[in-house]
Amino acid sequence: MKKQKKLAGLQKRKAISGYIFILPFIIGFLAFMVNPFFKSLYMSFCNVEISGQGVNNVYAGLSNYVRAFTVDTEYNRKLVEEISKMCVNSLAIMVFSFFVALILNQKFKGRALVRAIFFLPVIISSGVILGVEYDNSLLSSVQAVIEEETNAASITGALKEILVTSGVGSRAFEQVFEVVDGIYDVAISSGIQIIIFLSGLQTISESMYEAAAIEGCTGWESLWKITFPMVSSLFLVNWIYTIVDSCMKSNNEVMEKISDTMIKKLNYGFSSAMAWSYFVIVIVIIGISSLIISKGVYYYE
Amino acid sequence: MSKVGALSLRKRYKLYWERNKKSQGYLLKKNISDIIYRIIRVVLLFGMCFLILQPILQKISISFMAERDLYNPMVISVPENFTTDNYQLAAMFMDYGKTLWNTFFVSLTISLLQIAMCTLAGYGFARFDFPFKKFWFACVMLVIIIPPQTLSTSLHLHFRYFDILGLIKLFTGDTLNLRGSVVPYYLMSMGCMGLKNGLYIYMIRQFFRNIPKELEEAAYVDGCGTLKTFLRIMLPDAKPILTSCFLFAFVWQWTDGFYSSTFLGNIKLLSLQLSQIGEKLGHYIVNTLKNNAGASIGYTNCIVATGTLMVIVPLIVLYLFAQKGFVESLSSSGIKM
Repeated sequence: MKKQKKLAGLQKRKAISGYIFILPFIIGFLAFMVNPFFKSLYMSFCNVEISGQGVNNVYAGLSNYVRAFTVDTEYNRKLVEEISKMCVNSLAIMVFSFFVALILNQKFKGRALVRAIFFLPVIISSGVILGVEYDNSLLSSVQAVIEEETNAASITGALKEILVTSGVGSRAFEQVFEVVDGIYDVAISSGIQIIIFLSGLQTISESMYEAAAIEGCTGWESLWKITFPMVSSLFLVNWIYTIVDSCMKSNNEVMEKISDTMIKKLNYGFSSAMAWSYFVIVIVIIGISSLIISKGVYYYE
Repeated sequence: MSKVGALSLRKRYKLYWERNKKSQGYLLKKNISDIIYRIIRVVLLFGMCFLILQPILQKISISFMAERDLYNPMVISVPENFTTDNYQLAAMFMDYGKTLWNTFFVSLTISLLQIAMCTLAGYGFARFDFPFKKFWFACVMLVIIIPPQTLSTSLHLHFRYFDILGLIKLFTGDTLNLRGSVVPYYLMSMGCMGLKNGLYIYMIRQFFRNIPKELEEAAYVDGCGTLKTFLRIMLPDAKPILTSCFLFAFVWQWTDGFYSSTFLGNIKLLSLQLSQIGEKLGHYIVNTLKNNAGASIGYTNCIVATGTLMVIVPLIVLYLFAQKGFVESLSSSGIKM
């Protein structure tokens, strides 16, 4: 009896010190998250008027949402475009980063250099730089000039022509070529994902591959039977990270519109409504897709 | 000497064929496919590295070109009229010296603060059991998932009419306007609510979870308190993950446009100056050079490219120094997500 009481005391002490450690987070969460969170939710149902005294919220029901989806000419189009782009790009990023991580995990000369180059996008694709870079019309005009000069006789161009005009699944091919054309965007936004995959690949023990090889497993088979299941949990992490990241990108048109409405036009209620509907849609996508992915995740104990 | 080498080469060659014969051609096939695989890998890696580096190289070459080189179809990557005027102009528009120092100071202090706080929280989540732990961790997840833009509207107003439980209004009769000052952002960083702080908490927690429990217990048995264990035993172990997170925080803070424009509008920061550089060029050409046509698209882009380079060069220098620690430590620390 006495012993148990002492243990409970230790547990209690540990619980208290645990709370002390996460105290900064709790305070921050309560002060800067909970309040703005509900406030912005409430604001999205209001017409916000700003006067000298302070903020005046006039309850307006669903009118902001109605305005966003039916009256506003741009919002629907931008939303659909941005979300479909996000889904396709996220898939491409997952495949690309997994593939690159596989290669970078092998031993070869100059690996450190190649790794350094591949992680460089963490710097060059962050924040405002991407937004500045995005409408780089000079580059594209230079490209157009070059293409004109060479009469556009590239192998990929011809291949694209043949595949798209062949009629079989031309929509799918178009989608694929869109991704191929945007490979730079994909490469530049997969820095973190590569790092995460790489760290996962490094935890797989070498002996597993050896055992498989002795049993007559080819490299291809061990990729699907060992590597893939072992890092499958990282697919979930990466997927969520990729989607969230694409929401926060500075070249995201929906977000641009939202911050424009807020900062330049000072229409707080309307911008909150747009932000919230976008956020809810993204959350639903994340929820459904991570449910599907987590069915296939294998946890190695 | 060379004769011996040649002889042994021939000998080796002979030996190789013998071995190949013994393995019924398996060795040769395997070696050939190995070589083909390596060639493909080199080509792929080279292509992808080029893909990533090309825009930077392009920017470097453009930034040294005079305006007429931009329209000269003969000039593609090596400038004909080499000039550093672009750098001087961009530096002038961005007020480079002062802005650089500001950005450096803000990024350094904020990322240090954020990482310190996130380490505490991550350690707490990893090594202690306490009631409602799952709930609080779900909150961390929420912080990761919610885009800050969703909250920006109300955060904006929150800090415009800042007050703690009505206390300030009680004493001074008015709420505090913290917009445009640095204070709110430091406060938020202190509460782990800065840029991507949920992610850092998550990563640090994953790292601490993998440290064996025995280490901690041994420290307790030897009479270390909780705090001392954390400072003396755990922190030195966590150096790689902390460096990586610090670098992330530093770099992201450096280039961040969102929080900077929401909270730090009054300080000159590189990221904000960069996004205005095109406009400034237009004003400069119209007002100072008295050229009513304004800046051409090509020249604007040239200046923007120069400005972008000037913003990322300090980061790239930092990255080159920290690269080994950054890349290798992060990928070999083996964080289990």
